[in-house]
Amino acid sequence: MNPYSTLRLMFAFLGGVVLLFIVAPLAGMFLETEMPELVEATGDRQVTGSIQLTLWVSALATLFFAILAVPFAYLLARRDFPLKKLVLGIVDLPVVIPHTAAGIAVLGVISRDTLVGRAAESAGLNLVGHPIGIGLAMAFVSIPFLINAARDGFEHVPVRLEQAAMNLGASPLRVFFSVSLPLAWRSIVGGMIMMFARGMSEFGAVVIVAYHPMVAPVLIYERFGSYGLQYARPVAVLFILVSLATFILLRTLSRAPYVKASGNK
Amino acid sequence: MLKLQGISKSYSDFRIHGIHMEVQAGDYFVVLGRSGAGKTLLLETLAGIRSPDEGRVVLDGHDITRQRIQQRQVGLVFQDHAIFPHLTVAANIAYPLKRKGYSRSEIRRQVQELATTTGLSHLLERYPRTLSGGEIQRTVLARTLARKPRLLLLDEPLASLDVQYKRELQSLLRRLNQQGQTIMHVTHDYEEAIALASKVAVMDRGQIQQQGTVEEVLRNPSSSFTAQFVGIRNFFRGRVGSLPGKEHKKVVLDGSPLALLAPPDTPEGDAIVTLEARNIILSRSEPDSSALNKFAGTVQDVIPTPKGLEVIVDVGEEVAVMITRESLERLHVEPSARVWISFKASSLDIKKR
Repeated sequence: MNPYSTLRLMFAFLGGVVLLFIVAPLAGMFLETEMPELVEATGDRQVTGSIQLTLWVSALATLFFAILAVPFAYLLARRDFPLKKLVLGIVDLPVVIPHTAAGIAVLGVISRDTLVGRAAESAGLNLVGHPIGIGLAMAFVSIPFLINAARDGFEHVPVRLEQAAMNLGASPLRVFFSVSLPLAWRSIVGGMIMMFARGMSEFGAVVIVAYHPMVAPVLIYERFGSYGLQYARPVAVLFILVSLATFILLRTLSRAPYVKASGNK
Repeated sequence: MLKLQGISKSYSDFRIHGIHMEVQAGDYFVVLGRSGAGKTLLLETLAGIRSPDEGRVVLDGHDITRQRIQQRQVGLVFQDHAIFPHLTVAANIAYPLKRKGYSRSEIRRQVQELATTTGLSHLLERYPRTLSGGEIQRTVLARTLARKPRLLLLDEPLASLDVQYKRELQSLLRRLNQQGQTIMHVTHDYEEAIALASKVAVMDRGQIQQQGTVEEVLRNPSSSFTAQFVGIRNFFRGRVGSLPGKEHKKVVLDGSPLALLAPPDTPEGDAIVTLEARNIILSRSEPDSSALNKFAGTVQDVIPTPKGLEVIVDVGEEVAVMITRESLERLHVEPSARVWISFKASSLDIKKR
């Protein structure tokens, strides 16, 4: 008998317990939701509106912050500088602080009596209770996922390839766009999907910045608080289904047409 | 065309020091050295990937020491290829052309031309992951040539190839050089140097030990390192003097109890002595041959080589003897065995130093 087989069996059992822990509550929720309830939820303007709002705001926040974060991630991957560890710690900060606290922090920056808030107001915008405010709250808690994934992606691009490109006459900007970015692309897209997903599911930070307009997690909470489990469940199920479909679609679309050559590590 | 004037550079564990070198247009210049000798660092410094701590790099009369990588007319083929894995062979080759503002049809024409030269025409649409080592090597070579470098730098270009690809690439490199491409090629393999080089520099521990034409360096190795490196196993320094009452000369080796007998016409004075391993005869008992040089010693090691077995014998000085496998079995040569070596005075190659 293979000496490892008992151990493997034990580990497989432990893994099974973990999987069950994840799957059972979700499966329970799906099984307990009746089809007519689900159909009714899809016809509910408030529900569909809030799901759409959640998807759009999270997607736009992700895209906007990607433009800022991806070059930053490249810098973090390629350069050493004083206090780099501190900077890396700051990047991870939103993951460790309670999300309601994060919401309060964001609110502190965008409320009307702050510099940002006043500037927005003079442009006719009240960021509190506005999709932009929601986007900022989503981005605040989810941007570490993008920065870390992109940094990891850039770190895996061999410096040699960038040197080769420069030796072939390419400017640093062209090297970035023609070599570094395409080769780190899969990690960056992975990070964007994670950021998008994390932003979409955010409740704590968003609810403090904007109760209205209601994103899906806030709506689920509101339905639960006002009407009970029975009414919250179909909204939750519908939201999960839409999220899953979106992820599968994004993952499929982001598949790059090549596999990294092993000789270029 | 290329002049290196006192180049020094330390980077990570590698160091090159006081490198002076001159490459003429049309040269096939081979830098020979063990791994870790600083060959790659030298190429990277020439290409501008590293800037030297000291010294100047002059190309065609212009000081390019501080010039940016992109502006240098120096193309480097990396040892690990650095092929762009996300681009097809054609796109890899076209990479340096896109910047120059050529039209699409012009780029396509040049890519075709380079692909024909390097034998890649049938692979243009393929991605690197589907290519063999030799095909990847030719792709990066074509890509570097597309830039039309004044000087082509090759870092161990044949190291990872099997025999057939090696021969193909060697003849391609020779052809490119004959067409006027100046090449600097670094390698650890002296047979590559003999096969390709017009000039050679031997590098050890970050310094150039010797440079010149291949013949000069092979015939007159100036140090035991160069000698060993170019395949000469027995290299000694000594002093040639006369022997009272005899016409033969005596060579007393530096720092060694050993004295060799040399032909009568050997000029006296300090000399470098080389002795080919295959000109030495190995026996278990004292040979009764006419050879003037006979020494008893102990076998230190037996090393298989492509040409036979190299037996290292300690006769007060370590001497390498080349024998066949049959001789090894017949003589029962093994480490710590007592043996005799003998060779003629005329086998010694003695040069004044």
